Amino acid sequence: MIKTRKPRSEWYYLKKNSELLLLLLPGALLVLVFAYVPMFGVLLAFKDFRYDLGFWDSPWVGFHNFKFFFVSDTAAMITRNTVVYGLTYMLLTTVIALLFAILMNEMGKRWLRIHQTAMFIPYCLSWVVVSYLALALLDSQNGYLNKLLETLGFSTHMWYLETAPWPYILISAYLWKNVGFSTLVYFAGIMGINQEYYEAAKIDGASRWQMATKITLPLLSTLITVLLILAIGHIFVGDFGLHYFIPNDSGMTFPTTDIIDTYVYRALRVNGDIGMSTAVGLYQSIVGLVLVVVANFVVRKINEENSLF
Amino acid sequence: MVLPFVLVISISFTDESSIIEHGYLFIPADFSTKAYTYIFEAPTVLVRAYGITILTTVIGTLLSLLVTAMLGYVTSRRDFRYRTPASFFVFFTMLFNGGLVPSYILVKQYLHLDNTIWSLILPFLVSPFYIMVMKGFLSKIPFEIIESAKMDGAREIRIFFTIILPLSTPALATLGLFLSFGFWNSWFPALLYIDNEKLIPIQLLLVRMMQKLEFLTSNSDFISQFGMDMSKFPSLSARMAMAILAGGPMVCIFPFFQKYFVKGLTVGSLKG
Repeated sequence: MIKTRKPRSEWYYLKKNSELLLLLLPGALLVLVFAYVPMFGVLLAFKDFRYDLGFWDSPWVGFHNFKFFFVSDTAAMITRNTVVYGLTYMLLTTVIALLFAILMNEMGKRWLRIHQTAMFIPYCLSWVVVSYLALALLDSQNGYLNKLLETLGFSTHMWYLETAPWPYILISAYLWKNVGFSTLVYFAGIMGINQEYYEAAKIDGASRWQMATKITLPLLSTLITVLLILAIGHIFVGDFGLHYFIPNDSGMTFPTTDIIDTYVYRALRVNGDIGMSTAVGLYQSIVGLVLVVVANFVVRKINEENSLF
Repeated sequence: MVLPFVLVISISFTDESSIIEHGYLFIPADFSTKAYTYIFEAPTVLVRAYGITILTTVIGTLLSLLVTAMLGYVTSRRDFRYRTPASFFVFFTMLFNGGLVPSYILVKQYLHLDNTIWSLILPFLVSPFYIMVMKGFLSKIPFEIIESAKMDGAREIRIFFTIILPLSTPALATLGLFLSFGFWNSWFPALLYIDNEKLIPIQLLLVRMMQKLEFLTSNSDFISQFGMDMSKFPSLSARMAMAILAGGPMVCIFPFFQKYFVKGLTVGSLKG
């Protein structure tokens, strides 16, 4: 091999890219401080944190904090809740949002705007506000749902004191609030597809169903898998607002509503248990990471193009 | 999709005694604006909470847009030498994080941001997902534009502010809307970091109200002790009126941003 040019030093490239690096700097610093520094904080999971001693001087306790959590019955319950809810939310949202996005594509311009607004409104609201809406429906004395059940001749329910109805309530609330956003992301994806494909298909006499399954879905598959892989990491990170405010932090509903996030929050704010809540948080982060890496690995085996990294 | 919203609006305009008699209904049996007059009679708390929310929303959205655009732009430049490590540095935080407690201790014990509005803003400025959206959008801008600007002697920072930012209006508008939802609706950081009554944002006020009303209505002894007449306080409809006041503004601004939506929401691939 003949060297045509002297290899340039790294310093040269640093200088050449200095202005872009400068643009990168503020964001990179924020990420460093607020995302990477807390990663080292997970060491607290192995310590008995004391405010008077601080991070460095608190004594090490090994896996004590983990033992404390995993020995309890709660660990299995909240893990199961988190995963089952996470999976349900992910799968239902993807399927329904894709369906809506494809239907929206078939809609006339005027209807589209109205539809888009109606679907997106719930996404603008916080879970606190949504919990007030839920209360209007579910309140046992004045709630609309009980009145409706009464008029239809069914027995009424004390919703906030029961466990059985909560999976349905939470799933409905989640879908109601989030489907609109996912639909828009997929709809934007569909809009990005070159219209010529559809025109050509139309000339060849393809039906709408054929165009949806043979053109839209395959071309959206990269977007779908990227969003799914990211969502898989979130299966283990529950939606705190949904699970805390909609059941109104009612202890009677915990068997079917409590997830890792609400549990950690209570352990931290109510019991002040720093070590255990960090341990549970670490458990959550690691499982989340493993899930994403595995999902990405599987996707890459099937089709390299669609993988995230 | 909008029915629950209609129900809440209607409750907020229903007379309290009619709620107790008929329950919540879609069409108010007895129309009344008492809930709103009651809230606006003692406005200091509400106005202050609104002020805090507006302030965090405006500062947070603007700063976050700037940082997101800068990170998205630099990582979208194919000729940027450190593109891969920089992207990895940002996007890895999507996969792994320290969790709630270490962030809580960092903000409270080490940065001492608790009880300032910065605790509601700074930790949330960078969101990898929005950077991904921004990057997807910016990578569609033809590289020739940047090259020709360079030929004309423009420096990178000038290119970014005078060419890239104006070209990315749809993406900035879309992300700006999402970011403002995020800041407006945020209650969790306030729940964690704000104890000072004067800095409570509207959403946290709503949380407190939910808890407080329950406390008041379920402890009649407590109320009689203070000589308060609870029958005059429109607790049920006032609650819903507050929810409307907290959620309303965001619902109202959405339609104005709608035209940018589909253009702005291009989620590109993370690779590279």
